[in-house]
Amino acid sequence: MEKKILFEMTGLYRDDFRIVGYQFGTNEKSACIVGSTRGNENQQLYVCAKLIERLKSLEKQGLIKKGILVVPSVNTYSLNTKKRFWGIDNTDINRMFPGYDQGETTQRIAAGLFDNIKDYQYGMQLASFYMPGNFLPHVRVMNIADKPNQELLNLAADFGMPYVIAHQPRPYDTATLNYNWQVWDTLSFSIYTTTTDEVDHKSAMKAIDAILSFLSKQGIISYKGHEGYISKQISSQDIVTIRSKKAGFYHSFVKVGDRVYKNQVLAEVIDAFEGHVIGRVVSSDEGTILFARNESKMYANTAVFKIAPDL
Amino acid sequence: MEIIVTQVELPVDENLSVKKMRLIPKGVTNIEGLKRISIVTGIHGDELEGQYVCYQLSSIIQENIDQLQGIVDIYPALNPFGIDSISRGIPAFDLDMNRIFPGRIDGDMNEYIAAKIIEDVQGSDLCIDIHASNIFLTEVPQIRINQLHKDMLLGYANNANVDFIWVHGASTVLESTFAHSLNVLNTPTIVVEMGVGMRITKRYGDQLLDGIFNLMNLLSIYDDKKIRNIRKPIISDGNDDVLFLNAPVSGIFIKEKEHGSYVWKDEVIGNIVNPLSGQVLAIIQAPGNGWLFTTREYPVVSEGSLMGRILKEAVYQEVR
Ligand SMILES: [Zn+2]
Repeated sequence: MEKKILFEMTGLYRDDFRIVGYQFGTNEKSACIVGSTRGNENQQLYVCAKLIERLKSLEKQGLIKKGILVVPSVNTYSLNTKKRFWGIDNTDINRMFPGYDQGETTQRIAAGLFDNIKDYQYGMQLASFYMPGNFLPHVRVMNIADKPNQELLNLAADFGMPYVIAHQPRPYDTATLNYNWQVWDTLSFSIYTTTTDEVDHKSAMKAIDAILSFLSKQGIISYKGHEGYISKQISSQDIVTIRSKKAGFYHSFVKVGDRVYKNQVLAEVIDAFEGHVIGRVVSSDEGTILFARNESKMYANTAVFKIAPDL
Repeated sequence: MEIIVTQVELPVDENLSVKKMRLIPKGVTNIEGLKRISIVTGIHGDELEGQYVCYQLSSIIQENIDQLQGIVDIYPALNPFGIDSISRGIPAFDLDMNRIFPGRIDGDMNEYIAAKIIEDVQGSDLCIDIHASNIFLTEVPQIRINQLHKDMLLGYANNANVDFIWVHGASTVLESTFAHSLNVLNTPTIVVEMGVGMRITKRYGDQLLDGIFNLMNLLSIYDDKKIRNIRKPIISDGNDDVLFLNAPVSGIFIKEKEHGSYVWKDEVIGNIVNPLSGQVLAIIQAPGNGWLFTTREYPVVSEGSLMGRILKEAVYQEVR
């Protein structure tokens, strides 16, 4: 293992800003794993930390055949100040790719990272969702053309995660790392575990198993781990969003991974002043809960659950 | 009359409303066939220059209601949460409102609000979306136009009494802005950037007001009796027309040149200093002759922070 600095910037009153990478195996650019790009992505950082621990041990046993680079964080500054985005200008590094080395701060950071990782054959980003809540662990593949990339979707099954989601990007997705990796011909995947702010050890370990099992199937490491699931492929357009009509406290009866049925009451909305039930959130389909919001209060018209319907 | 464009119930004893003021000619009951202009601001909650413009516009037209011939819709606060909490985006959602248009009626609360706003503004003969740069930079009054909609917008922009028109290249990310969404729907929408975030610069507001009255006059929405000297703007239509000044190091920027001034190559625009060591970390010099139309207002810079923009001499001289 070699620990190296991929990008550096001098701070005024703070320690210098650094993007650190851990190189395992050979110097071949085979697989790159990127952790947190935002200051609240503790789980994503944790997954990388535990992955680095595992890779160190695999390397000692001589089981790493090609080159693997792990970048646990692209935004240590924001992790330390508990800000989601970049301190001064509040910009999101994961909306700055491929970056620009003569541009603004976060463009430079994105460019500094991307320069180091753009030629990898496989790219994996530990990603988080823009809404606060829990996810059923899954792999997401971005459609950079108008239609899904079937080769990439099939390859994603090698992670052995329960779901592989083909995501149709919105305009702002075109500046993410995942999207630009693909533009530069890296086979790229976003890996979602259950949480973001909170560390969830169990799902972190599952994500590591998934990554190691993927690397093993591509001949990058030798590893006999948990085989995982036979992934179900779905398109992000097929995912059903269940919204609350009313605003207030909410009390959920189900959690991520639960099977639900049509017309099942998933949650109740409670009046924030008088405590009585003012509305119910009802499932429109039969399927599995992929996402559940985890806030105590909710707004009207807000997505509370996302369901993968049985197709 | 004040109209609620869209309203959503909030969790704790409050409704979120986006409001507009609709001004119509006195005595008119059927507004069908009348021309309509929409003045919009406050998508970014920390940009307040448009507040003065909306206030003046509403009050001047109401005082001279006899001169009104069409419909004027004024939307002073598209992001009321943001304005209330000194937040650029939508605070509870950590979301830039100018990245969610055209919205979705069946979408999240914010997408729903965005869709209702578009539905309401769509069909205007002209829409002006007023921004104030951000808290970091001061801008001379200018209009930014996406190359894709140049033909539709340049005529209006030329008459808006701004100093500068910047035609920029198309970018996928900008497809989810308010202005782009309306332009795609054939409602001509121009984006004004002027002044600085969190402040009101009256002279810029007055300058833009002259432009808005001029446009309303040309569109036969308002019979303007006042003589206004409308400026001929400088137009930049090439990607290479502008020089960018980015901070080479992190530090405190002390500016030497006021914005809107003409600068010569190597002239000192400011210094980046380290108050701890008492040293100058970098001297920021103009990379070429030209017009300093953007300057940094907020002193703290990190490596890469934008400190200014210079329009190259050749483009500047063409007009002056
Ligand atoms: Zn703005």
